[in-house]
Amino acid sequence: MSFSMGFVMALLGAALSTILAGMGSAWGVGLAGQAAAGVVSEDPNQFAKVLILQLLPGTQGIYGLLVTFITLSKIGLLGGAAATDMSLATGLTIFAACLPIAIVGLVSAYHQGRTSVASIGIVAKKPDQFGKAMLFPAMVETYAILALLISILAVSNITL
Amino acid sequence: MKDMDYIFAVARIRVLEKTLLSDADISQMIALKDEQAVLAFLSDKGWGESGGSAPSAEEILACEEEKNRALMREMKIDPKVFDILSYPQLFHNLKAAIKEICTSETVPGIFYDLDRFGGKELMEILREKEFGRLPEYMRKAASDAYEVMLSTRDGQRCDIIVDRACLEAMRGSAKKLKEPMVGSYVESQVAVADIRVAVRSVRTGKSLGFLKEALADCDAFTASELAQAAAKGEEALYTFLENRGFAEAVSAMKDSPSAFERWCDNRLIETIRPQKMNSVSLGPVVAYYLARENEIKMARILLTAKANGFSEDSIRERVREMYV
Repeated sequence: MSFSMGFVMALLGAALSTILAGMGSAWGVGLAGQAAAGVVSEDPNQFAKVLILQLLPGTQGIYGLLVTFITLSKIGLLGGAAATDMSLATGLTIFAACLPIAIVGLVSAYHQGRTSVASIGIVAKKPDQFGKAMLFPAMVETYAILALLISILAVSNITL
Repeated sequence: MKDMDYIFAVARIRVLEKTLLSDADISQMIALKDEQAVLAFLSDKGWGESGGSAPSAEEILACEEEKNRALMREMKIDPKVFDILSYPQLFHNLKAAIKEICTSETVPGIFYDLDRFGGKELMEILREKEFGRLPEYMRKAASDAYEVMLSTRDGQRCDIIVDRACLEAMRGSAKKLKEPMVGSYVESQVAVADIRVAVRSVRTGKSLGFLKEALADCDAFTASELAQAAAKGEEALYTFLENRGFAEAVSAMKDSPSAFERWCDNRLIETIRPQKMNSVSLGPVVAYYLARENEIKMARILLTAKANGFSEDSIRERVREMYV
């Protein structure tokens, strides 16, 4: 079985969506997790609140996974016939379509993690300000959602 | 360690900051009728050992100091940081050891209980003149102060030699550590200590030679500049300090000695206050440690004032700003 370079490029784009966005999420959730553990070590009552803040940077990994599924489905690897003879131009187009969520996912998850750390600091001192504290990392999410939309729209509208 | 390695510690500190005494707590304590009421208030705040039987003020304060040190050990903070902050205690032990040997007078409880260089060890080093066993930054001061004390019995000169060495050691070690918050705190501490010495010297008519021997350099001014200004008199010192950004210190000096002492401590708290907004570096952890030391000092002032029947106004004049 032989694969065209276009097919390889499309597969690489799908893989990068999960890899980079997942790396960003692991990084962000890890940072926020350290802060959450610090708060819970002194005040276990804040567990639920800090857990939500810790989880916020985890969404980019899910977005990356979603784009990967859509891409794999598009190139026929999740059922149907795999487009192994795809042209290089089409493969590169799919690769480019995956980049927004891959790159923005990585960067935004890291920064969302840092913002979550700061917000966990707010919850630690003023637990009643949880609602406001959650808004700060949630703002960062906007850009991951924009990147997700662009990647989904682009991948979906490419004609093989 | 990198800044991001302190995320856990800083988050923990943020929770603990809620238990620090606030300005409102201090006002409440001032209004209490006597020392016992203040002790009860502190016990309610969790000070001292839980379930202990009516401890004394000193026992409660010693317990809180130990809790503070234990927390830092538990957080595995770079020991070099706290070594710098413990230099004043270390050099205090040196002064106490020199005086105890030279005067043959024993004062119970004069030494700080430190992991290294407690009173017994220092006295042994001094008696044997084994100054090489001391850290490099202490050797010359120990040798010079010991010789001065042995030959002249001048306790004040012995003190200034050791105190200056302490400030220089703190500054030197802080520069090597390259931790911005510790660096700025130490700079403030050196500047405040220098100003304190200069003010006392000018009011007691000390010579330029004494001032030069007592003062240490800092970023705000050199020891020589401050000594020259102080040697010219009180007005020249005030003008010099105002020109170097210490107008509030001058105002406090003109007000009263206790107002000036309060300014000195407040200045140090102002240096660490920005750490309340920092969420990822060593700064907030060190700031918490210093804030705890400040509140223990404040509690000691209050307890002593209450035990001696000071009026509320008189206590209020001595009240320092709190970190939170």
